[in-house]
Amino acid sequence: MSNIIELKNISKSFDGETILDNIQLEIHDNEFITLLGPSGCGKTTTLRIIGGFETPDQGDVVFMGQRINDLPPYKRHVNTVFQKYALFPHLNVFENVAFPLREQKAPKAEIAEKVQAMLKLVMLSGFEKRSVTSLSGGQQQRVAIARALISNPKVLLLDEPLGALDLKLRKDMQVELKKIQKSTGITFIFVTHDQEEALSMSDTIVVMSDGRIQQIGTPTDIYNEPKNAFVADFIGESNILDGIMLEDYQVKFAGQTFRCLDKGFAPGEPVDVVVRPEDVDIVSPEKSHICGVVTSVTFLGVHNELIVDINGFKWMIQTTDTVAEGEKIGIELEPDAIHIMKKSEYSGRFGDYSTFSEEMDELSNPDMEAEA
Amino acid sequence: MNGKKKSNPGCKTALAPYSLWAILFVLVPMLFIAYYAFTDNNFDFTTDNITRFFTSVSNVRGDDGSVKEVHTYLLILLRSLKLSVISTIVCLLIGYPLAYRIAHAEKKRQKTMMTLIMIPMWMNFLIRTYAWMTILQDTGVLNNLIGKIGLPPIHIIGTESAVIIGMVYDYLPYMVMPIYSIMTKLDNNLVEAAKDLGCGNLAVLRRVIFPLSLPGVLSGITMVLIPSVSTFYISQKLGNGKFFLIGDAIEGQYVANNLHFAAAMAFILMVILLVFMGFAKYATGRYVYGGDAA
Repeated sequence: MSNIIELKNISKSFDGETILDNIQLEIHDNEFITLLGPSGCGKTTTLRIIGGFETPDQGDVVFMGQRINDLPPYKRHVNTVFQKYALFPHLNVFENVAFPLREQKAPKAEIAEKVQAMLKLVMLSGFEKRSVTSLSGGQQQRVAIARALISNPKVLLLDEPLGALDLKLRKDMQVELKKIQKSTGITFIFVTHDQEEALSMSDTIVVMSDGRIQQIGTPTDIYNEPKNAFVADFIGESNILDGIMLEDYQVKFAGQTFRCLDKGFAPGEPVDVVVRPEDVDIVSPEKSHICGVVTSVTFLGVHNELIVDINGFKWMIQTTDTVAEGEKIGIELEPDAIHIMKKSEYSGRFGDYSTFSEEMDELSNPDMEAEA
Repeated sequence: MNGKKKSNPGCKTALAPYSLWAILFVLVPMLFIAYYAFTDNNFDFTTDNITRFFTSVSNVRGDDGSVKEVHTYLLILLRSLKLSVISTIVCLLIGYPLAYRIAHAEKKRQKTMMTLIMIPMWMNFLIRTYAWMTILQDTGVLNNLIGKIGLPPIHIIGTESAVIIGMVYDYLPYMVMPIYSIMTKLDNNLVEAAKDLGCGNLAVLRRVIFPLSLPGVLSGITMVLIPSVSTFYISQKLGNGKFFLIGDAIEGQYVANNLHFAAAMAFILMVILLVFMGFAKYATGRYVYGGDAA
């Protein structure tokens, strides 16, 4: 696969605050790539740099082999679906979709034909004369997609486009977007803070935090082989424990030695150990060396979510077994349930489930500024 | 925008002082004007005042010395319309770019700039007009400056241009304010979207910013055109009395105690303006996005 866009050592700061710190990214043709991260991680700024709405302080934006740092947005073969759709309220659905073609002075018949085809693609045939302000959020979003796709861009940028939709519509649109991306063959660069959305739609996920790329990989890579504690915590649920790598395939944590599938660490190297909640097997306490007390049970339909206190560390465990609160249980870990990561700046910031999430802490902190 | 009117009893109470004001000082005087317009000095019904406006003729000497008979008041009315339309256009040509520029300045500078636009309105308009007289006189400030850079003096005072300058100066803030206010509300995402979809700066202005600011433009036009049609005094002072406008004519008849004819002229002007406003409202409501809110 060839690279359609390359970001080379991109840095950007606003008012002395670093938003992007040396971003390196290659985006392939026909790819559905997602920039994933919490708010303020720099994902939207990255998108705006590709779209031409911001210029990087350092580094180059390369589009099909050409540096385009100074090319204004209207000269780039890149179109954007904006977060709040940004439909033109003075134009009806037809004219909104036809907007780029009118600028290109395309013949009337061609415009009509293309707009019809586009509206059909987004399943809005018959809405031509409707005012965009009379449409629902989901319909407005489809208009925005049609408008962005009609001039056949090489790349489509989508800035949290599903953020304003309710859950069910969101799921439908995820499938829909993926379908559109496959059928048009256009590279989609999708920005979201929703990890489920990223996992279900993307060919490639770029996990970002604090203006840096933490990991680039396929959804399965990112989930199964997170590079550091940040990625492990952000994508899915995880128990992150301090461990020591004794030798290849041997790790010690929670007072026990386990067989694992990881190698290549120095003997005695401190590491972060990730255990996903669904990979923990529950056994009777007599059969296990690691035992604890169930402190809470949440019924979630497909499974129960337990918080288990094992020597002070609160594990999250997902199980289909029926377990009662206060019950003493033992756990067992298969080698493939254990994933070893090198220590990073994020080590220790995420760990067990004894507190609320960081977001909840922020919400409860009166000194935190509200995010726009 | 099109929300249903809520029947909140508190609203009615809040409106009471203004309703009283409007009845006493807007509605009643207007009825008086209509009453005076259709009565003679003995307060008997007559349409003579109205017919006089349309039929009264006088002789004027043209530039070539020939004497022509003209419809006095129709001529004055037409002249008022002409000067006010020109002033409105000039206000728009100056005011639109100005409002655009201010709306795109930093927040702090926006306030300063808007204050500067409004400051002249804090001064009495007679004083403003006198100031313009001293500026525009043949030996005034302007010609002094022009003389200093070695150019021949220009004669402005007593010309239509002088009257237009005075009117534009007085009414420009009424053009800038509504346009500015609508431009600050314009979603910058739309500008970015237009650029994203292939528009250069000029195309963005033409295809997005201008159409969306039209309600502001139209309310600016209304707010400038209406007072400038009925302008008086400016024309007397800056036009040296040569460009008698309908406002001057009404004032003159009142001063001469011809209350019934003055009322008739005011009535006719009112009808013309109401028709214009009604038409403008209909057109904006129908053809302009957001026009129903303007």
